[in-house]
Amino acid sequence: MIHKVITKNEFKKFVDSLIEQNQTFGPKLIDKRADGSAIYQFKEVKSYDDMDLDYTVTYSSVKNFFLPFREELSSFDFTDKGWDQTVEYRVNPRVIIGVRPCDINALSILDKILIGGSYPSPYYMARRTNTFLVGMDHEPLDDCFCESLGHDTAHRGFNLFCTDIGDKYYLTISSSKAFNFLKNFKVSDPVNGDSVKFHERRKYLRNSFEAKVEVAGLPSVLDIEFESPVWKKWGDKCLNCGSCAMVCPTCYCYGIEENIDVSLKCSRKERVEYSCNLYDFAEVAGGHNFRPLKEDRLKYRFYHHYRGFAQNADDPICVGCNRCGRACLAGINPRDVISDLQMED
Amino acid sequence: MDYTLPKQDINTEPFMRQPPQYNKKDVFMRTDKVYKCEITNIVELTDTEKLFHLKILNNTERRLFKFRPGQFVMLEVPGFGEVPISLSSSSNNSEYVELCVRKSGRTTNVLHRAKIGAKVGIRGPFGTSFPMEKMAGHNILLVAGGLGLAPLRAPINWVSEYRDEYKDVHILYGTKSPEQMLFTYQYEEWQKVDHIKLMTIVEQASGDWKGRTGMITDLFREMDITPDDTYAIVCGPPVMFKFVCNHLDSLGIPMNRMFVSLERRMHCGMGKCCRCMVGSTFTCVDGPVFDYWSVLNLKEAI
Repeated sequence: MIHKVITKNEFKKFVDSLIEQNQTFGPKLIDKRADGSAIYQFKEVKSYDDMDLDYTVTYSSVKNFFLPFREELSSFDFTDKGWDQTVEYRVNPRVIIGVRPCDINALSILDKILIGGSYPSPYYMARRTNTFLVGMDHEPLDDCFCESLGHDTAHRGFNLFCTDIGDKYYLTISSSKAFNFLKNFKVSDPVNGDSVKFHERRKYLRNSFEAKVEVAGLPSVLDIEFESPVWKKWGDKCLNCGSCAMVCPTCYCYGIEENIDVSLKCSRKERVEYSCNLYDFAEVAGGHNFRPLKEDRLKYRFYHHYRGFAQNADDPICVGCNRCGRACLAGINPRDVISDLQMED
Repeated sequence: MDYTLPKQDINTEPFMRQPPQYNKKDVFMRTDKVYKCEITNIVELTDTEKLFHLKILNNTERRLFKFRPGQFVMLEVPGFGEVPISLSSSSNNSEYVELCVRKSGRTTNVLHRAKIGAKVGIRGPFGTSFPMEKMAGHNILLVAGGLGLAPLRAPINWVSEYRDEYKDVHILYGTKSPEQMLFTYQYEEWQKVDHIKLMTIVEQASGDWKGRTGMITDLFREMDITPDDTYAIVCGPPVMFKFVCNHLDSLGIPMNRMFVSLERRMHCGMGKCCRCMVGSTFTCVDGPVFDYWSVLNLKEAI
């Protein structure tokens, strides 16, 4: 890892030259809620000034650039003799600027699951290797609990990470691509004062997390509280809409849909993001549903997120961004459910 | 100065041309590419079940396709969907695979309308298998309920082919009614040629059924099991597992010598879609074959 500092003016020039030659996405204000609070999303941008880099949090995470809601896995062309299958991986290079540490760590978790596990996914891999990621630190919202899960800073999973130290950015460079691009801009080695400012900034950010979740020992708490009435209490509130999974930066469960084209000459096989809270998630042909109750499905989501998969991830896969809590129409948020579980008995 | 990102085209990367290997990152598998097969024979077993013989058309792919009893494939009917189906044939048959399919959902209904010569796709094989080698030298007890005989037919074929390596072999098979019995044409061969003791039972007798009537656990009364010398495989609906495994457990068969094959909704077969999760275990990668101890540790399994 190489560290450099760059003035904010020079950084702007650097970003503009990236934008000029690559498809680039950045945070943009897209709407306001009734209470006046801003809604941001990652959108395609044409210049540095297009972006709102001081954004709080995007409504959806960057996950959907790598796991789109709907993605073609393969297509079948029907012929007189049968059919032919075509598989193609999307490889257009692109840049995403201003990604928060928790979102970057969420991608690292997805890397572990989708590239590191058995049967690495070429679809995800193609998108991931062709994306240039510029991370940026930020001040947490009142209900972010990334710090409790250790995701307030990112150490890998990005090409370039910027820490705001006043009039300059402290750059963490973790790819040769980023290093080469920066060669033509005025970057300097950090002097002593810069590092001090960097550590102060980190410390300040860490201390500004107000929401905390006690996660030590959570896997065994979940194991023990499998039959807890807490699940029924929260399950009864759940509307089974699946919003939580759509905005979550690490939810990756999906379903496959196959649709025949209206021309009847071909069909598409698509991966569609799914949520384990939807009724038919575990329903099998013949009508049996392995998780018929709302609380079963809600519980399953928490098990998946906090107990960790034996094979895929030993750590919780939740990064603590609380997007699900904000998106939930029924007011369910992970912090309350977990503290409810831990208070029990 | 050029700031254009280089394109890393993984479409041109070498992909695996051998059976999938776990955790190998340097060589990818085309995870969605199917082996194209032709339906070479269709055997009508009952009103709702048919046995399909599928021949992989490409010679290289046919050679690559090796499976073990207990594993399954994802069966693709282009344009309609993909379903997990357990392999029913002998693992030594390298010419074609046999899949026993019940007409029950969208894809299987379409498949049941297919004629000989139609082309379908398979991916796989996926999942864990029965430890047939470890069972050698012991008595084998195979218990099936309903459609559970389909996955059990692979170990039955194995036992028939290596009959001298096993001691007494029992098949206990129960269905709701006599019409639902699968592979009836093979019963005589199993008994007379392979010296397998087959006992059948139905819940509800009908027609000219002269056999036993009752629950599958009733069959245990008619046989002696030596618990310390017996391996058991149980396939069937979840309710059946509970009763049969509890009974075998009370007889004293060690939990790690009882195997069950679980069934879940699946969309990928590769531990990615999470539809088949039981607690925190993937039925497709860690299963479908589990020993009874693992199943007891899986919350919400049966």
